[in-house]
Amino acid sequence: MELQYWIWIAVGLSFSLYIGIAIWSRAGSTKEFYVAGGGVHPIANGMATAADWMSAASFISMAGIISFGGYDGSVYLMGWTGGYVLLALLLAPYLRKFGKFTVPDFIGDRYYSNTARLVAVFCALIVSFTYIAGQMRGVGVVFSRYLEVDIVTGVLIGMGIVLFYAVLGGMKGITYTQVAQYCVLIFAFMVPAIYISFLVTGNVIPQLGFGSSGADGIYLLDKLDGLHRELGFHEYTSGSKSMLDVFCITMALMVGTAGLPHVIVRFFTVKKVSDARKSAGWALLFIAILYTTAPAIAVFSRTNLIETVSNQPYEDMPGWFDKWETTGLLGFTDKNEDGLIQYTADTTTNELTVDADIMVLANPEIAQLPNWVIALLAAGALAAALSTAAGLLLVISSAVSHDLLKKMVMPNISDKGELIAARIAATGAVCLAGYFGINPPGFVAATVALAFGLAASSFFPAILLGIFSKRINKEGAISGMLVGVSLMLFYMLKFKFGWFGGGTKADWWFGISPEGFGSIAMIANFVVTLIISSRTPAPSKDIQELVANIRKP
Amino acid sequence: MKNSYWKKNIRYIKILLSLWFIVSFGCGILFVEQLNTIQIGGFKLGFWFAQQGSIFGFVAIIFTYIYLMNKLDQTQNK
Repeated sequence: MELQYWIWIAVGLSFSLYIGIAIWSRAGSTKEFYVAGGGVHPIANGMATAADWMSAASFISMAGIISFGGYDGSVYLMGWTGGYVLLALLLAPYLRKFGKFTVPDFIGDRYYSNTARLVAVFCALIVSFTYIAGQMRGVGVVFSRYLEVDIVTGVLIGMGIVLFYAVLGGMKGITYTQVAQYCVLIFAFMVPAIYISFLVTGNVIPQLGFGSSGADGIYLLDKLDGLHRELGFHEYTSGSKSMLDVFCITMALMVGTAGLPHVIVRFFTVKKVSDARKSAGWALLFIAILYTTAPAIAVFSRTNLIETVSNQPYEDMPGWFDKWETTGLLGFTDKNEDGLIQYTADTTTNELTVDADIMVLANPEIAQLPNWVIALLAAGALAAALSTAAGLLLVISSAVSHDLLKKMVMPNISDKGELIAARIAATGAVCLAGYFGINPPGFVAATVALAFGLAASSFFPAILLGIFSKRINKEGAISGMLVGVSLMLFYMLKFKFGWFGGGTKADWWFGISPEGFGSIAMIANFVVTLIISSRTPAPSKDIQELVANIRKP
Repeated sequence: MKNSYWKKNIRYIKILLSLWFIVSFGCGILFVEQLNTIQIGGFKLGFWFAQQGSIFGFVAIIFTYIYLMNKLDQTQNK
């Protein structure tokens, strides 16, 4: 059957599934809208968290980024999984015990202050909007690449679907569609991975195939190191970044993960404290399936690519080369006009440009897999983007309807009124996200690091200290959050956008990249919070009791 | 009684977070070069920790914590 038909079938079926779930799980109260009624099974919540967490970037780009970075790519693998340990051990159980709806709820109540709440709402909105614009763009790109519609139509279709189940079902609808989306995306990711692992190494488990040898008996990683040396790249298994920078980026991503509001709220949806721990464990297990496979795909496709193209005549390139060349993801300029493809680290002689996304997107074609696998990949990428977008959308709508409206502007609003406000806020957020998806601001790519850095430098210390110290007061927490966020914003604006005099790599403080700076801003937050708290009065008895109560099982 | 529950919890957290640090920052970053001199199958050990081992370690750490805390919770309910 034609590839286009397969893709329409895969996408159509998965979309009707999401719509079906949305109709079945309409939200009737704010509790259902914000936290799915609070009775989600831990395994279901684990799947939903995994889908919520793994975005279009994890699904499409990560394997490619690792493929080009080798050891440098490890920062994403460790950084985006290690945060779950922090969540399970330090945050999730206590926030569940606290038993409210949102992250600003906790900050506002624990620090008995609407200023603290407002700072938290502000951070939650910035973090979520940065993220959601990227997801909508991802939906548009997948549509345009596979279904041959333009990006705008793609974004509009994506908006329509998310709008339908997020506005109708709230967290309840989102949770159960995310469970379905996890199944779609993991199946779509694993099928080609298993195929390719078997083709290259004869081992069906990619995690093992990764460390095996190909038909020539040489270990894949050794071969790849050798190829890299020949072509002038740094060795695949060793890095090009400084150890301090790798350390800081990994830390910022881990702590940022633990501080992201759309991940944290997922733990409000389970029934009891022990379930919050369990769902963090299941979530990480479900995520680990994809995250331990991605580096294997990276190695298979990197070896495949180099062996297929390096020093081969352009004339003899297989069909997928032409196809992806027309999309602009692959580019070849014959600089020395010998008709061969020279792929090297030296930009003056290198003749091939490769976009990182191609490693996942073109993999099935490079490995000559059947058409239905390619269709599956399209549905999987859409599932990854939509599930994350929906989770973020909920954070935005609850920040507006619950934290701003109910808690600050109109405390007397009825549950019904709040529910309507939540739906209006969600609709507004979808439209805004769609607008940014269609007209992506140039800073989207650069600001993903900002989202993590911001979450790490604002929420994480405030929540952690709020649970593990009774002494921290509002003066400390508010100034800590403000210092952390401002420092992070300053560093990002200076080195990513050239504000405040700009600067190059040579000017980085202690040689730390903006991606890793969240770690430093987080430390600044901790220090400021602790010092100011120790010089201002302790919180009242009530608050100390609240903290004691959170700690009880 | 309540106090000892919290103290035990803190002790578990300290031990498990040290393990968390060792498998990722320790084996995958700080001592990656030393560990890379050891090769197991097709993997250099440090590289393996950075791209595979640390993640398996994280999963094991969380499930250990779940197990320990469930046991601790039970002693509370008696």
